[in-house]
Amino acid sequence: MTDVLDPPVTSEPRDHAHEEHHGPTGILKWITTTDHKVIGLSYTVTAVIMMVIGGAFAEIIRAQLASPNNTLVSLAQYNELFTMHGSVMIYLFAGPFAFGALANIIVPIQIGAPDMAFPRLNALSYWLYLTGSITMLSGFFVAGGAANFGWVAYAPLSNSINTPGAGADLWIGGLLLTGFSAIFTGVNLCATIFYLRAPGMTMFRMPIFTWNMLVTAILILLAFPVLTAGLIMLYCDRHFGTHIFSVQGGGVPVLWQHIFWFWGHPEVYILALPFFGIITEIIPVFSRKPVFGYKGMVFATMTIGALSLGVWAHHMFTTGVVLLPFFSLMSFLIAVPTGIKMFNWIGTMWRGEIWFSTAMLMAIGFLFTFLVGGITGIYLASPPLDFFTHDTYFVVAHFHSIVMALVLGAMGGLYYWGPKITGYLLNETIGKVQFWFLFIGIQVFTLPDYLLGLRGMPRRVGVYPLHPSWQSLNQLSTVGAIMIGISTIAFMVNIVYSWKKYPAGDNPWDGHTLEWFTTSPPPHHNFYRLPQIRSERPTWDYNHPGHTAAEHGHHPSNDEEVPVA
Amino acid sequence: MKVEARILLSLGSFFGLMAALYWFWGHENAGGVMIFAAMLLCFVPGSYYYWWSRRMRARPEDDPNATQAQGAGVVGAFPGTSIWPFTLGMGAFFVVLALVFGIWFLVPGLGLVAWALFGGTAEGRRGGTR
Amino acid sequence: MSKVFSVEPPALSPQGVSNRTRRWRRVRRIVALPIAALALAGCTVPTFGASPGATTSSQSAYHLWQAFSIGAAIIGTLVVVLILWAVIFHRRTSDRIPKQVQYHIPLEMTYIIIPIVIVLGLFAATLVVENKEVANPKTSVTIDVNAFQWGWKFTYLGENVVVVGQTTQDPEMVIPVNENVHINLTSSDVVHGFYVHAFNFSRYALPGVLNEFTFRAVNTGTFNGQCTQLCGLYHSLMFFRVKVVSQSEYTTWLATNASAGAVRTSQTATNQQTSSIVPTKPAKSEGNN
Repeated sequence: MTDVLDPPVTSEPRDHAHEEHHGPTGILKWITTTDHKVIGLSYTVTAVIMMVIGGAFAEIIRAQLASPNNTLVSLAQYNELFTMHGSVMIYLFAGPFAFGALANIIVPIQIGAPDMAFPRLNALSYWLYLTGSITMLSGFFVAGGAANFGWVAYAPLSNSINTPGAGADLWIGGLLLTGFSAIFTGVNLCATIFYLRAPGMTMFRMPIFTWNMLVTAILILLAFPVLTAGLIMLYCDRHFGTHIFSVQGGGVPVLWQHIFWFWGHPEVYILALPFFGIITEIIPVFSRKPVFGYKGMVFATMTIGALSLGVWAHHMFTTGVVLLPFFSLMSFLIAVPTGIKMFNWIGTMWRGEIWFSTAMLMAIGFLFTFLVGGITGIYLASPPLDFFTHDTYFVVAHFHSIVMALVLGAMGGLYYWGPKITGYLLNETIGKVQFWFLFIGIQVFTLPDYLLGLRGMPRRVGVYPLHPSWQSLNQLSTVGAIMIGISTIAFMVNIVYSWKKYPAGDNPWDGHTLEWFTTSPPPHHNFYRLPQIRSERPTWDYNHPGHTAAEHGHHPSNDEEVPVA
Repeated sequence: MKVEARILLSLGSFFGLMAALYWFWGHENAGGVMIFAAMLLCFVPGSYYYWWSRRMRARPEDDPNATQAQGAGVVGAFPGTSIWPFTLGMGAFFVVLALVFGIWFLVPGLGLVAWALFGGTAEGRRGGTR
Repeated sequence: MSKVFSVEPPALSPQGVSNRTRRWRRVRRIVALPIAALALAGCTVPTFGASPGATTSSQSAYHLWQAFSIGAAIIGTLVVVLILWAVIFHRRTSDRIPKQVQYHIPLEMTYIIIPIVIVLGLFAATLVVENKEVANPKTSVTIDVNAFQWGWKFTYLGENVVVVGQTTQDPEMVIPVNENVHINLTSSDVVHGFYVHAFNFSRYALPGVLNEFTFRAVNTGTFNGQCTQLCGLYHSLMFFRVKVVSQSEYTTWLATNASAGAVRTSQTATNQQTSSIVPTKPAKSEGNN
């Protein structure tokens, strides 16, 4: 009989003890930690705070837009609000949550590693993220207010003539810090995944979440330096008298758009891929089946990553100076691997035994919401259709469908992995209340905006004329935003209500992947013992030795027989 | 290491094709250079991994039949608690504030950065706290 | 040691028909209804939210929109049905572990190949419409459009007419119907967006760049335009209008307004005005080419 359970892995460096050590306590412990789980938890808390801040800006925006010539905020304040709403949500919430919070905690445990490859660099990433967020938000406290040129900061609007003032420089500086934070995390993720997998955990046995994080990390390394370079150029134009983006000095304003979007489009896939990964973890567990089309998923993720470097100018179709057919074709093609993922998710659920925990509800809500966002994205890949929807509320609705789907994924991830990280489950009833307010709220918020855009309402406007139906559509959209706000409150209530109330145990969901083999929360350096790894579902194989493979041929990564007790 | 090498090399090849197509069809310098640079970014580590994968023994994590016992022993260096990431982070923070509020912020900024680089390197050579 | 997996025979209902057959019959009954409704509704294609607009290119863009929307409706419905089907009929009813199917190559190949064919078809349709729109045929009317913070200036080349106005002054571009009108679009300062909803069209006004396009209006009327690219404080108020009139009216209008100086539009409220928000500071520039 083969050993299914192997002796514990030791992973200690120069010191020999493998038990809890008595280090610093309290705030000094937090400042000096290099444990990926603590760092990831810090990221989670900070990112959720950023989500609430960005959400508060959104509620003010939607309150302003509820009536046509509203004076709730001035036009100047409105420009700051949507700029900081977008900036906080994209730069300070979605990205850091995806690769700093969840990936930091989960990837090492999913591959059987004791920590990330460079723990001190990991800690540095967090401090750069925190200080970068503080820098960007402190724009509100300087004369002239925070940045107000949109989260995309197009030149020449963002130069020192059109946007003087420290708020813009604080925005640039904050992004320099968070940009390096992301780059260091990308390095860490690649090194960890390439070098710290447990024995038997071949590349094609890694969980799909880890695969997605690998492609995300490569995209971060490809894209973020471009943004950093662009930001430095913008800063030089603003303060050192260069004329990179200004016509007067022989520069080219549209160059900013090329540089920004060369980063910007991979960025939205950097945001999306981790959440795709979360969904691909949740759906199999709650359908009690393996991922359908594992290799197809890996191939699709890599294709999305590769194509995402070649579509950036679909944000620039209306500039009149880009090669329309190239970017249109690439943008159409990138829909195909995304569709593959969608069908694989459905195939995973198909003929399973689906049970609806809050995490699974969030995942199913993601499928519907992302379907809407994805299909409307296909419209935007066509330049003639983009010409009349660009910079209108149609685009606003499209990307909000996508990012709100990502929020559903984030919430799913928190409900699914929260118990692993903290050791305690969240209340399922409150979770379901949160889900329904969030899911229905998202549709009520986004669907009217599609119509508004088709009826001609531009984006980034604080007031709008008295066209028929514009006000009622805007009001409906505001109601949706309020529902989303209520769902966020329900989430906070759940955290407080469930605080240390429902101990989770090692594997509350009968999870498949390696993180469910260890305790909740995991011990220092993550594992007391590791099981034998013979497929992409080592914990499932250990718990259900009779159900490891299916009838359709053998599993690609499982060429030898699985030992049965 | 073969899979890792293949991933990076195929990405790099794809970017190379895309760079050639875009350069000669699009005549747009910024995008052409950026895609070309993306190709280089994939080829450099990819070729390194490819070169090594042909020379190294199979690691336990590349062996589908490996047992956990084969991975026993020291996995890597995992420094325990360390003050240097925080110090370096604060230094970077002050350097960025110098961009906004005045060059005198560079004094604490570069000072903290230098202190952290020296301290962190020394700590690494010492072996970390645990 | 051998692989053990469970294979369950399809469950039989008391009537002796398998559950699978009963479900399929249910599907056929449900699907028959909307197909019949579509057939009865006649052959008009819904607008799907867009409108044909007032120019030749707006109409071809509109038809492209409808074609895309039909495809989107079909695929979207298919996917929604699949998700709902799984969620409703494959719910957990017991503790049994379902068949652990991991892949199905023919099925996966199908849903790789078919979407590729579909998007290539959409791309081809796009190219047809796009080539029509970026074409620059011979024109009789050429207008220099200059965007500035925060208004518009229309200079009629070859005539002696200039129209300029900022924010809620709503400068009005008068053009003849059924004629090719050529626009030379640029900006004096930051990036602006020239957008006319009824033309199903927008284009950036970039500083230092001349963007040229042509359109041909087929309906008379007054159509609203607005700046769509964030350009600073009064971006929300950067309105203009396009008035399409008959050839004779256009000639009269030209003659009336030809002068050495600039024509300002009226100071009173226009149909686009947002009455309570009028800028107190004058615009930064008034359009210097």
